[in-house]
Amino acid sequence: MKQKKRILGGFLMFLLVIFLYAPIVYTVVFSFNNTNSLTRFGGFSTRWFEKMASNDTMINGIIYTIVIAVIATFVSTVVGTLTAIGLSKSNRILRNCVEQVNQLPMMNPDIVTAIGLLMFFSALHIEKGFLTLLLAHIMFCIPYVILSIMPKLRSLDPNLAEAAMDLGATPIRALVQVIIPQVMPGIISGALIAFTMSFDDFVISYFATGNGVNNISIVVYTMRKRTNPSINALSTVVIVLITTGLILYNVFSAIGQRRREKEEARLRAQAQD
Amino acid sequence: MKQFRRMTYPYIVWALILIVAPLLLIVLYAFTTKGNDVVTTKFTFDNFVRFFSDTLFLKVLIRSLRVAAITTLACLLLGYYPAYYIARCSETFKMKWVLIITFPTWINLLVRTYAWIGILQDDGIINTMLGWIGLGPFKMMYTEFAVILGMIYNFIPFMILQIYTSLTKMDMSLLEASSDLGADKFQSFLRVTLPLSLPGIISGITLVFLPAVSSFCIPNMLGGGQYMLVGNVIEQYFLSSGDWNFGSAISMIMAVIIILSMYITKKVDVTEKGEAKRA
Repeated sequence: MKQKKRILGGFLMFLLVIFLYAPIVYTVVFSFNNTNSLTRFGGFSTRWFEKMASNDTMINGIIYTIVIAVIATFVSTVVGTLTAIGLSKSNRILRNCVEQVNQLPMMNPDIVTAIGLLMFFSALHIEKGFLTLLLAHIMFCIPYVILSIMPKLRSLDPNLAEAAMDLGATPIRALVQVIIPQVMPGIISGALIAFTMSFDDFVISYFATGNGVNNISIVVYTMRKRTNPSINALSTVVIVLITTGLILYNVFSAIGQRRREKEEARLRAQAQD
Repeated sequence: MKQFRRMTYPYIVWALILIVAPLLLIVLYAFTTKGNDVVTTKFTFDNFVRFFSDTLFLKVLIRSLRVAAITTLACLLLGYYPAYYIARCSETFKMKWVLIITFPTWINLLVRTYAWIGILQDDGIINTMLGWIGLGPFKMMYTEFAVILGMIYNFIPFMILQIYTSLTKMDMSLLEASSDLGADKFQSFLRVTLPLSLPGIISGITLVFLPAVSSFCIPNMLGGGQYMLVGNVIEQYFLSSGDWNFGSAISMIMAVIIILSMYITKKVDVTEKGEAKRA
């Protein structure tokens, strides 16, 4: 009886995995299709990748997506970290106000944030393009960075910075050498969230950009109408990029973990001597 | 700590300009008429009256709510068992399963949705396979079924992860206790497991319902250009017809409905917790 239940459970999970991964596998397989059918596989070829490589819109889409994600991640991580540290030293009213305002872009539907920005940029007569796209991305990334650093700061000893300064450190040194290393895990996860939010965004980008500056999502959306297997090739590039990123991240965090453990063991051994 | 406190000033200015001001603009536009760049300051309810007096818009609104509700319910029903299964795995398998469930959400939503077009087409993979056993072909693309399927596909991981998080905190010996006290499996589930997973269910519902009700790329890609949800109407008013005032009013109505429904869900959560404490 129990055995049967376990098999049934495993089977249901198997169905779930098929449901979640079939579209991804389908995309990758059909990006190597020799014919232009989206449904029948007619032999292996890389012609859709060649077609993608010669398509400026697609290549620019990939480049813009990466450039915007990198800059937005960097700026939002720096600003978010400094703001979060400042907030942890501020009074509660200010902290609550900023946290409430940060909730707005996170809780509002994307399309509401998006049309707000669209009207805002046009009210100021800022031409939509790379700059507006970047500003929009930084705007929706910062709240996530702050959100992921705040809990780390809360568990930090509030006197730490003061102790460092009593020992003669300048405020900047106390910040860089004492506080920031302590909240580093929060900063890293904040940066990761910011990067993926920016990399995957469609709705806000779609409304905030113009002048032919498109990211991958917008390229897929505007090309969806025609049967175009090079979209599958573009999708495969995205899938490969993300998979590699995830694997690298996991490998590096595993290595970091091991190094930290070794360091700790060494310190413990020294302490015993 | 004055030096550190000063570090918040740039962001406060930034947030007022790029978060608060655009939202105020939406309110301003929603209560005025005519003029995209030049804002008239004549206060009016016309946009809201127009929305609620036109059955076409009401139909779209009801359809959006219905589609989002079906999606949320389906995610809950289909996602509960996997969450339960993962929560009862050993630690190493837990991490692996969580990675398996999370991975698709890292891939671009547009990319994942585009894949379904080829799968659901009239001569697509599903119809080809159904053909082998002599069924079909069924028309799936450009139907409400395709839209709901696409939404379930994109949002179900959030539901599973939320329920899993609350289930994994549960003390498994509670189940033993309830069976010792004479409850059968079903009763234990209904009286112990389900109430304890309620916080996860609630946050899962918010995480699915919210994007589902406002989505406009999934209905457009899988439902076709004629299929309209609230998000599509807003998109049209902003990017095609250019009536920003009316578009703002529609998005305000949508935002209010979402905020209200989240408020109610939270309230249910609080009262349930209060009752559990009393019992």
